[in-house]
Amino acid sequence: MAVPILKQGAYLIATVQSALTDADLMQLRDALVGRVGKSRSQGVIVDVTALDVLDSFASRTLRDLSHMIRLRGAETVIVGIQPDVAFAMVQLGLTLEGVAAALDLEEGLAYLDQKLKSGTQRN
Amino acid sequence: MANLESSFNQLTEMGESISTLLRELVAHLRENRTHLRQEWARRITEAKLLTAMSGDEVFNEATAVYDQYVEALETGTFETLQGYARNLSERIIPRGVEIHEVVGIVLLLRDVLARSLFAKYQADFAKLSRILDAYEPAANRIANTVAVGFVQERERIIREQQEAIRELSTPVLQVRERLLILPIIGVIDPQRARQLTEQLLRGIRTNRAKVVVIDITGVAAMDSNIANHLVQTVEASRLLGATVIVTGLSPEIAQTLVNIGVDLGKMTTVGDLQGGIEEAERLLGYQVRVAPNGEQENQA
Repeated sequence: MAVPILKQGAYLIATVQSALTDADLMQLRDALVGRVGKSRSQGVIVDVTALDVLDSFASRTLRDLSHMIRLRGAETVIVGIQPDVAFAMVQLGLTLEGVAAALDLEEGLAYLDQKLKSGTQRN
Repeated sequence: MANLESSFNQLTEMGESISTLLRELVAHLRENRTHLRQEWARRITEAKLLTAMSGDEVFNEATAVYDQYVEALETGTFETLQGYARNLSERIIPRGVEIHEVVGIVLLLRDVLARSLFAKYQADFAKLSRILDAYEPAANRIANTVAVGFVQERERIIREQQEAIRELSTPVLQVRERLLILPIIGVIDPQRARQLTEQLLRGIRTNRAKVVVIDITGVAAMDSNIANHLVQTVEASRLLGATVIVTGLSPEIAQTLVNIGVDLGKMTTVGDLQGGIEEAERLLGYQVRVAPNGEQENQA
């Protein structure tokens, strides 16, 4: 199932709705990396609230996605990781180094606003 | 227990003679109640049992136990005695009475009563033997009931206390908007570590915390498992968007952590809780200053 990507001001928001296959994840990564350039976005939020599990492939894809987007000149923040999922991930050694994380969408937006010092541009 | 029961049943099946004997026995015990009670209380004191209780208390409890004991012998039912044993245990356990004392006093009573039976029937050996046949299984079962009651009561208390400690041991407190502190005191075992992490991660979400200060001033020692668990907790908190500051590492713990080679690069550590809270306030953009009129106020 493809993940919808919404444009909100200077940011792109991808909200994962259900469990993703590896192919879905790669498609999400490619779509986001592409859209960042097309819509001249400064920030990307990936909302994973709906996910009960984040395996090693998903973690690696999210990390790659974040690093690739940084190379394209934008910031990425992963939001909505559940407490249980977070602890399971670190136990498996999947710590998403170098990737920003925030509690939920609101926090993610606040993080990007602060990061880009562009709080006034977004309505 | 089953053995005693069956032997007791066998004895009851032997019919009239046994119950007659028990009745005679009970009558004898009732008759000599005052004397035997005193004798028993004296032997308890002599054996230095129940030292946590005063002489009067020992005598009062002895009286109650004696009467219950005779009643159990008479009726052959142990429910009342069991209830009493549990009640007694509940009262004396908090005063530090040990299991060996409880078993000791019940066995002493058995001996005191057996001695008095010897004294009474020493002329008629055959009768003494029959009386003891009737008396011994019942007396053993009483001793058993009391000891089991005591142990069960103590186990119940231990369970309750463990439960209470578990609930008390992991407070997650909000000290400012978006700032939580987690003071850890005492020994951390793997189960408690897991519980701490769960509570912290849940607390981060419900309080929407940005910064968490984990204070381990009250932790005396830490092994590599617990240290790794701490690092994992810090990382998991980061995945929820919260920064963790660890404070109050004692010199011993610092040495242990360095010796076992835990990767501390991912942890922010500050000397004490005060410093940790100040650092957290800085991260959150709080400025604390003393107001000119002397009252303290906080300004964002």
